[in-house]
Amino acid sequence: MEIKSINQLKSLLDENKISVKEIAQTYIKKIKEKKDLNIFIYFDEDKINDQVKEIEKLPNNKKLKGIPIAVKDLFCTKNMPTTAASKILENFNPTYESFVTQKLINEGSLFVGKTNLDEFAMGSATNTSYFGNTINPLSNKDNPLAPGGSSGGSAAAVAADLCLGSTGTDTGGSIRQPASFCGVVGIKPTYGLCSRWGIAAFASSLDQAGIFSKNVTDASILLEEIAGHDERDSTSSNVAIPNYSKKFNSDLTGKTIGIPKEYTVDGISDEINAVWEDAIKSLEKKGARIKHISLPHTKYALPTYYIIAPAEASSNLARYDGVKYGFRADEAKSLDEMYEMTRSEGFGKEVKRRILIGTYVLSAGYYDAYYLKAQKVRKLIANDFVETFKECDLILTPTAPSAAFPLNEKQDDPIKMYLNDVFTVPASLAGIPGISIPYGKDKNGLPLGMQLLGKHFNEQEVFNAAFALEKDYE
Amino acid sequence: MKLDTNTINKIAKLARISLSEEEANDLLKDMNSILDWVEQLNEVNTESVEPLANISSSTLPQRKDEAKDINSSDEVLKNSPDKLEGYFAVPKVVE
Repeated sequence: MEIKSINQLKSLLDENKISVKEIAQTYIKKIKEKKDLNIFIYFDEDKINDQVKEIEKLPNNKKLKGIPIAVKDLFCTKNMPTTAASKILENFNPTYESFVTQKLINEGSLFVGKTNLDEFAMGSATNTSYFGNTINPLSNKDNPLAPGGSSGGSAAAVAADLCLGSTGTDTGGSIRQPASFCGVVGIKPTYGLCSRWGIAAFASSLDQAGIFSKNVTDASILLEEIAGHDERDSTSSNVAIPNYSKKFNSDLTGKTIGIPKEYTVDGISDEINAVWEDAIKSLEKKGARIKHISLPHTKYALPTYYIIAPAEASSNLARYDGVKYGFRADEAKSLDEMYEMTRSEGFGKEVKRRILIGTYVLSAGYYDAYYLKAQKVRKLIANDFVETFKECDLILTPTAPSAAFPLNEKQDDPIKMYLNDVFTVPASLAGIPGISIPYGKDKNGLPLGMQLLGKHFNEQEVFNAAFALEKDYE
Repeated sequence: MKLDTNTINKIAKLARISLSEEEANDLLKDMNSILDWVEQLNEVNTESVEPLANISSSTLPQRKDEAKDINSSDEVLKNSPDKLEGYFAVPKVVE
């Protein structure tokens, strides 16, 4: 029996055509078969079977009863270790459950494991993980491809059919870009829609939890569950969460969709531009009005991001000192030496690079020139969107500048790597919601992604248009 | 070139990360190219622009100032690499 979607699996459960135990067995088998892709950092059959016993006792009206979910290993989980893909958090067992995962547990989800990511979510290919690369499930055997990043394991888990949905976090594109590379749906909601409590912090003014799934309806069902106010996160918003999927409306009559001219950048393949054209035509057919717009500060988004995110990271990652949890270098003779050895052995290269950049831009004499300047440009980037949304309901762009690239492509130029996030970072800086849906393929048959951006807390509108576009490939 | 080896080592000291000579040289190259690249922000006129620190549109609600028992010290200490009689233990600080 093929399991295709959350609603279908719920019906099967309701009609007693499948049991929670059978669901667990099905996914355990699939995960074992795909072990070579290195999608999971933590996978333990016994832990899954323990959950089955608890979930079976729950009433059938629990919204996610028995639904197999994979969790990015950046979310603290009480019953499974949490590493953030770093040596420095090896053997860390959180004493608490993150807000997002607790909400999923409350509704009866079955956690199949913790997925691989770039160390502390810093990367765009899931290749900075202490636990090795994840391989994109869509790769040929002789040409392994990157799954994107940082939530590459979570995107790959959905693409390889090892769960129905997974959690991710997006700081500059870490949900949308891997969703595009793996051919799945990925939504980063508005900053503040989901609580950050219990997520290992990277850049607190940008970090936001979100969802990967096989289709737009499932994404909306899961997002609805993980959203909500939490007093333990002071930036968590107290807004009403709609029942998104009940309100889906794929008639886009009267909606204006903006096409920003700044997203036509050099080096983007004709294939991506052609797919973008297709999506524009399709939205017009569904009743939307297309408007060519300008977001003039777009080109400054990446350099702004690569000041703000490392600055916040250098501060957030100061807590990893070898005292309270995780790894400690053991030959140190003094306290200072212990800090230095622990952190230089515990962090990987990319994390160290970002901590040092962050420390530099925040240091005395440079703060105004770098950090404050970046915060001011961030304001201008956010204002571009505010102005645009006075005349548009949504914005449509490609998600990433390329399809999935080869795993062992040389990554010796950090700036080239950072360009992967060129289409996703502006929305992160502005805190607006964005979704990536698979839309078309390149000449090698690899999926391409389209990104829809909406107004703050208007996830409904984003889902509606994504739901409408998704029908083109059903 | 904005940074030299001395500056890198000074920043590394501030961040409590010790670098080998090879690491410092690698980082010097990467960080200089990143810092050159972010220079382009100087093209943007930001006169009278307020810095954006928090994008959240929500106001900060107040809550009751009540003690809550959420962590037990035993559980928290379980994660510590070294502990002694209910405390975190670190290398000797004073002689």
